[in-house]
Amino acid sequence: MEGEAGNFRVRLNKKPKYIDESKCTGCTVCVEYCPVKYPDQYNQEISLNKAVHIYFPQAIPLVAYIDESCLYLKEKKCRICEGVCKNNAINLNQTPEKLEVKVGAIILSPGLEPYDPGLREEYRYGEFENVVTSMDYERLLCSTGPYQGEILRASDRKHPHKVAWIQCVGSRQVIPGGNSYCSAVCCTYAQKQVILTKDHDALAQCTIFHNDIRSYGKDFERFYERTEKLPGVRFIRSYTSIVKENPETKNVTVRYSTTGDGVKEEEFDMVVLSVGLNPPAGVQGMAEKFGIELGPHHFCKVNTVNPMETSRPGIFVSGAFQGPTDIPESVFSASGAGSQCGELLSFRRGNLARERIYPPERDVSGEEPRIGVFVCHCGANIGRIVNVPSTVEYALTLPNVVYAQEQLFSCATNSAKEITDMTKEKGLNRVVVAACSPRTLEPLFRDTLREAGINQYYFEMANIREHNSWVHAKEKEEATQKAKDIIRMSVARACHLEPLQEFDLPVNKTALVVGGGIAGMNCALSIANQRHEVHLVEKDTDLGGMARKLHYTLEGLDVQDYLRDLKRKVYQHPLVHVHTGATIMEATGYIGNFTTRVKSERGLTEIKHGAAVIAIGADVYTPAEYLYGEDDRVMTHLELEEQIARGDEGLVNSGSLVMIQCVGCRNEDRNYCSRICCSESIKNALKLKEINPRMDIYILFRDMRTYGFKEDYYREAAGKEVRFIRYEPDDKPQVEAGESDEGQPVLKVTVTDPVLGNKLEIDADRIALAAAVIPSAATREVAELFKVTLSPDGFFKEAHVKLRPVEFGTDGVYLCGMAHYPKLMAETINQAYGAAGRVLTLLSRDTVVASGSVCRVDERKCMGCGACVSVCTYGAIEFSETRQGKKAVVNPVLCKGDGLCNAKCPTGAISLKHFTDKELLSEIDAVVPEEEILRQIDAAV
Amino acid sequence: MCSGRVDLAYVLRAFSNGIDGVFIGGCRLNECNYITHGNYHALNMVLLCRKIMEYTGLNPERLRIEFMSGSEGNLFAEVVNDFVKKVKELGPLGKGEGIDKEDLNSKLAEITKLVPYIKVVKQEKLASRIENPAEYDELFTIDEIERLFSEVVSYYIDPGKCQACMICARRCPAEAIISAKNQIHVIDQEKCIKCGTCFDACPTRFGAVTKLSGEPVPPPVTESERTIVRKSKEQSNP
Repeated sequence: MEGEAGNFRVRLNKKPKYIDESKCTGCTVCVEYCPVKYPDQYNQEISLNKAVHIYFPQAIPLVAYIDESCLYLKEKKCRICEGVCKNNAINLNQTPEKLEVKVGAIILSPGLEPYDPGLREEYRYGEFENVVTSMDYERLLCSTGPYQGEILRASDRKHPHKVAWIQCVGSRQVIPGGNSYCSAVCCTYAQKQVILTKDHDALAQCTIFHNDIRSYGKDFERFYERTEKLPGVRFIRSYTSIVKENPETKNVTVRYSTTGDGVKEEEFDMVVLSVGLNPPAGVQGMAEKFGIELGPHHFCKVNTVNPMETSRPGIFVSGAFQGPTDIPESVFSASGAGSQCGELLSFRRGNLARERIYPPERDVSGEEPRIGVFVCHCGANIGRIVNVPSTVEYALTLPNVVYAQEQLFSCATNSAKEITDMTKEKGLNRVVVAACSPRTLEPLFRDTLREAGINQYYFEMANIREHNSWVHAKEKEEATQKAKDIIRMSVARACHLEPLQEFDLPVNKTALVVGGGIAGMNCALSIANQRHEVHLVEKDTDLGGMARKLHYTLEGLDVQDYLRDLKRKVYQHPLVHVHTGATIMEATGYIGNFTTRVKSERGLTEIKHGAAVIAIGADVYTPAEYLYGEDDRVMTHLELEEQIARGDEGLVNSGSLVMIQCVGCRNEDRNYCSRICCSESIKNALKLKEINPRMDIYILFRDMRTYGFKEDYYREAAGKEVRFIRYEPDDKPQVEAGESDEGQPVLKVTVTDPVLGNKLEIDADRIALAAAVIPSAATREVAELFKVTLSPDGFFKEAHVKLRPVEFGTDGVYLCGMAHYPKLMAETINQAYGAAGRVLTLLSRDTVVASGSVCRVDERKCMGCGACVSVCTYGAIEFSETRQGKKAVVNPVLCKGDGLCNAKCPTGAISLKHFTDKELLSEIDAVVPEEEILRQIDAAV
Repeated sequence: MCSGRVDLAYVLRAFSNGIDGVFIGGCRLNECNYITHGNYHALNMVLLCRKIMEYTGLNPERLRIEFMSGSEGNLFAEVVNDFVKKVKELGPLGKGEGIDKEDLNSKLAEITKLVPYIKVVKQEKLASRIENPAEYDELFTIDEIERLFSEVVSYYIDPGKCQACMICARRCPAEAIISAKNQIHVIDQEKCIKCGTCFDACPTRFGAVTKLSGEPVPPPVTESERTIVRKSKEQSNP
């Protein structure tokens, strides 16, 4: 790689697949005939695969490749695959291809490498057959895994009933072959595996041997609780080792020691090692190639105030290469890195885009239905089970079907073209494709209709794969009959389909960002740097939000310095309009076209905008416990930070300080972890130790949740003699004012010693409470204004935890920062850029397309009962006064096409286009074929 | 479309067509990918329909709703296999319960005709959200369903009071009111969906529409008697 930001030149070496990608349809016939069996990499080498194979069933592109185990490649023998491939896609003479690409920016997202437990003998991995890694186990659980979703032991192919997980394998260890940091994801993935194991086998006994349980992510605490409450599940906090294998049963014995019960041994059918996350393989070479620096743990070295930035301009990083990260946060940084590329390259955005032109649409509404049916073999997926030719023959007997044919792969480019061509040639006005689930390929087939000049809603898909061949592999005849039934139903529906128009909505290019904290400011700047106007609305008279109370981070950043710089950038940016002291009076409109009225120090402003970002932050819980508010010596961790920054004499000269964690959360009222407090307390403790090394600092905690690299600071604190004492939620510390032995006034803190079980009494001069982060007081109001929803904990609810973590279910509205869930500054910045990235995908377009499948009201039939209005969660239906009374009217832009209103409407006045009563009832009526009904009638007579 | 789109009428149509069992699959409760949580609505509809089946003499086990995610293929297979087994045990629709086929068909036809009415009177419950599975069985009770059908309302236009003003006829969403200027209006009971719009629309000073509950509707006035003879007209044409 050479060049600089905006102008890189990258040379790529593409390894040969020995398959012509443009010809391969992924039918897997070659795989069937290939004589070479070798361990399947994708399935962790538990089962075997062939030398030619598709990497995994959802691979994109879904084409086969040949690897080094091929007989021809090794010994110039075999070539069977060449003979069986119907498409001549095999090319054993392929050579590596050299490519050169010119790019303006680069995103590095090489991911991670699971920790290899083979590095440490004591895990017995590879030695004991029934010791597996969590990656192995993940594959065992999966229906596309080595045993088709059956969890089986390697030793005897039997189901394990007693399974143990050992946590922190390769993580939180300062030993050769281990990683000092916490891998951040293993606690929760192990819980997931327990839940899935219980789903497979309700009687399974699952034991998790763990250290701290770090369920610090959104909804993770509830997930932990759910796992813990399952029958037969034990969480055991312990030191664990694997000691022996039973030579006959191959069961594995685990030795573990707990504080309460000492050392015990127990035998398990299977032991799962919860392996941690390592930097990606070959990271050093990659760093050299791209000229970027690595951090101390060999993940990417990032800028703390912009964690997507590498040490080299124009090269960005996303995902776990930033450090151990869960999926939602990987998606934040992925979208955020995208936004940063946009900032760099926005001046030439769209230069490479070309508009797609479709032929004009033929009006066929007056014609009798002329249906074409295309039945897909899906390679062997359908064809092996269903007698495809007989279904084609059958389809031709159905009313209105004028054409039918089979296809090897309907989705292949040539097949799609065939559909287009036949539609034109045979004058088809409706097309049924009998293949897979419409979830993935319906858009493709709709497109083939558009190419043929037919309205795309004249397309109907019959799912004869997931609903049929895949589940009836052993019942070929019945499956063929069922395929015919499904095709008959689809044809019946196709007769009633109507042409629908999708409409283009104009997009206002301005964004509104609600909340002027770190999240809101970074998001606003990233959008503005991509040449869009931004209105930044802040309720306070000053920008900065919660960060105004922060002074330093664990990594040593001067927060106030950073904040001053950030505010300056915001105020100086010509495209960012700041409204401070603001209240939102009203927000109306929809994606691309919102109008928000804001009252601020500038007066009343009406802002028209295409997108809105909610970044209103969070509040801090005001403790009602531990004498807070009654005794000045008790403060929150934020107040402690203020005092430290101020150099408060009384504090700095204190003899002892007690910090109490989990105040106001992880309880019945707030069933979540505030995520930041453990790091916050460690940070304050380290700072105080720096100022006054003689101060006695105690941290009373439930689980120390210093996930990721923050673990190093936890260890540093312990090394500096900060004392950590674990307490149980049902035996909380007690605080009362008292006197020390010397007669000094102190706060007496009593806590149970977790090792000895007796009461410890600590004399504290100060107490700092790790008070929970709670949803901002304005959350509910803002949710109502922008018609967005909240999670059970009262924070804003994203559209999808993993797939759409920075946007709302309501189109055109996005979220970031603590409004979503408590998070540290770097994480907030990741998400802020992430939201900006999503906003840009909307604002960079001139129009958005609204689906044609929305509801309409037949005014004549509407009785104005309002049943539809009350069930529409999108507020898409309103009443309008007519001479015949109130009538429902649908705003098609807001309608999402769920159709709840249809099922409630007494008169059938409201109907969801493309899913009308007529269409759906025709399918129901076609379940039983006409001849069957006639036969029954005959029999009855 | 969401599972909440599944209409009570669809399920009844399937049974009317002689289908022996109906299975509805929805997303996991509380895991809606949108904000609608329409699967609760589907659940309510099923709870109602099962009670109606019980009332009709059909085994409610013939209708099942299950909630699962797209990745739970094994659960889906398990549940469907179980359902198919159950339905096979129950035997053909009606026959298994010992109900006469014609009797069953006419009952189902009658209930299907009342679907709009059921939606009107049960609107709130159908849109409710019951979190606790223990309460499922109490959402609709068999007594309630019996009452629903025994006290079913009918609307009737009192020929003595009707002023032939056409207001009700214009409002009727089912176009069930036979009307013309100066012709006493008559509700076509076959078409009427019992929504009560006419009852609300008829000006109070006329009060011509009557709501009858659980009693037979008087026969309509014959076509020859429908012309209104207004007093004013009598005066002007002595």
